[in-house]
Amino acid sequence: MSAPSASPPPSPPGEIDYVAVEDSPPFRELKKRHRSFVWPLTIVFLVWYFAYVLLSSFATEFMSTRVTGDITIGLLMGLGQFVTTFGITMWYVWYANHRLDPVSAEIRADLENREAGA
Amino acid sequence: MMTQTQGPWWEQVGAAIEAAGTTVDNNPILNISIFGAFVAVTLFIVIRASRNNKTAADYYAAGRSFTGPQNGFAIAGDYLSAASFLGICGAIAINGYDGFLYSIGFLVAWLVALLLVAELMRNTGKFTMADVLSFRLKQAPVRMAAAITTLAVCFFYLLAQMAGAGGLVSLLLGITEQLGQSIVVAVVGLLMIVYVLVGGMKGTTWVQIVKAFLLIGGAIVMTIWVLAINGFNLNTLLEAAVAASPQGEAILGPGLQYGKNPWDFISLAIALVLGTAGLPHVLMRFYTVPTAKEARRSVVWAIWLIGLFYLLTLVLGYGAGALVGPERIAAAPGGVNSAAPLLALELGGPILLGFISAVAFATILAVVAGLTITAAASFAHDIYANVVKKGNVPADGEVKVARRTVIVIGVLAILGGIGVQGQNVAFLVALAFAVAASANLPTILYSLFWRRFTTRGAVWSMYGGLAAAIILIVLSPVFWGTETSVFKNVGTAIWPLNNPGIVSIPLGFFLGWLGSVTSRRSEDPVKAAEMEVRSLTGHGAEKATSH
Repeated sequence: MSAPSASPPPSPPGEIDYVAVEDSPPFRELKKRHRSFVWPLTIVFLVWYFAYVLLSSFATEFMSTRVTGDITIGLLMGLGQFVTTFGITMWYVWYANHRLDPVSAEIRADLENREAGA
Repeated sequence: MMTQTQGPWWEQVGAAIEAAGTTVDNNPILNISIFGAFVAVTLFIVIRASRNNKTAADYYAAGRSFTGPQNGFAIAGDYLSAASFLGICGAIAINGYDGFLYSIGFLVAWLVALLLVAELMRNTGKFTMADVLSFRLKQAPVRMAAAITTLAVCFFYLLAQMAGAGGLVSLLLGITEQLGQSIVVAVVGLLMIVYVLVGGMKGTTWVQIVKAFLLIGGAIVMTIWVLAINGFNLNTLLEAAVAASPQGEAILGPGLQYGKNPWDFISLAIALVLGTAGLPHVLMRFYTVPTAKEARRSVVWAIWLIGLFYLLTLVLGYGAGALVGPERIAAAPGGVNSAAPLLALELGGPILLGFISAVAFATILAVVAGLTITAAASFAHDIYANVVKKGNVPADGEVKVARRTVIVIGVLAILGGIGVQGQNVAFLVALAFAVAASANLPTILYSLFWRRFTTRGAVWSMYGGLAAAIILIVLSPVFWGTETSVFKNVGTAIWPLNNPGIVSIPLGFFLGWLGSVTSRRSEDPVKAAEMEVRSLTGHGAEKATSH
């Protein structure tokens, strides 16, 4: 992926035609990668969090069930929220470093070159 | 015990301190000395850090020169308020599981900030939330609305913190007299003004970093101590807590705190999880790092630190329940809030108590400093420079106004903090989160992700969300009809829940959509394209200033 396909419409040197950039394949790819990752994941962790809150609110018997000793299902699910939060954080960082940053760096470098009047 | 002498105020204060000195086991002189040492060290850092505070980028955003890990610590220092430290430990000590349930919303909320908000905000804004929201919409109305919701959130949060400072005094220094508490509120307010005035964002950030170190360090020491007593076995700790609690094994499951009206907690949970990413003082922290990638690292560090801290509070809360006992905690001067300090006293005697007390004060100081600089930046940058003066402000004019605003806000915070002494203002923190989630987050997400969002949508959503949250609180049991209401046992509440979020947050999102689809004026497509390209690539993002 280098400069956007089909040379952008003529614009004064140093000025960037953002509409053309936005429509360029590399940018569309970046946008797709970003949104198709963050939105589904947001829905997943919100559903999981509210499932936990609703169970704690309405299924109190179930949440008070002991698994071992004084450790209850509710406590384990609560600790599970910590685990998933840390897990999603690490997954996103990996994804951003490997799948988002290289593309955005390429587009940014290209824009900076163009802005310099190249 | 307190002596009620009727002499001049200094004699009364002296008597109060003297009387407090004789309170069992509590050593106010030691507590004050440790806090004094914290103030001395942080003041030194603030003065050193303030040498390069010339431009607006220096004053508001610390020259964008902090690293991700540093900013992560500062975010944790900003976010872990006294309410979350003392309040959550106490809630777990007395009600067990429900206190833990409460803490989880504060952590999960950070995923919204990490995935949807932090980097995109860093790439498109300069100093304030309003920079981003007004990027592609009509400047004046959107900026004004965003500044007003920013000021509202900061004001509610600030008032809660200042009131907390007064309450903390009675607990830690043994001062229960109105006058003594007012003096401490004034001292906290004055210190904050000095920090923010002299140190700007750089000084504020360092105070928050130092405080986060002390708070998390202290919590780690106490947690290991509690676990050591219980043979490093969580189950043994829980058994001891169950044995000590009059509620018995009910503390292991949900229901003790929120069982009476589960919808109230659900409403609160929505506000917690969606409010964090709309808190203006949190958003402003993203501008203190040089790039979006560092903003991402900041949030990652913040998530680890905040998550670790809430895990520690789980042990500390049950530990306080087991070692101090819920009945002793409830009977102590600060009530629920005294769980963590009493646990410190039980474990390490007066020295550990003094340390934890000083950390609690430092916590209030760090949080109010962060709120004040955010509110001042919003007033000076958004309202004064961009709406009133339409951008025609000399280079140093804006910072000058910001500094004056700091003094005004500081004075208002002191007067407000003294004014609400003895009032039950715990609802203010929940209200701040509800306003952030109802008025700020919808517009933030729509601006960043929805192309057809318009000025009308933004204005409706922000004012509508703000008004809905405040009106519902005023109509709720917080104000009417119960033993703990602002108007005790007067009238009946029209709105049944203490938390407005369950209605005001969907309403904020709905109004943003409705305003957008009904407006005839279409927004500038070129600006929208520019915002989208910049938000994702970081092209043209504000860079660090070099000194």
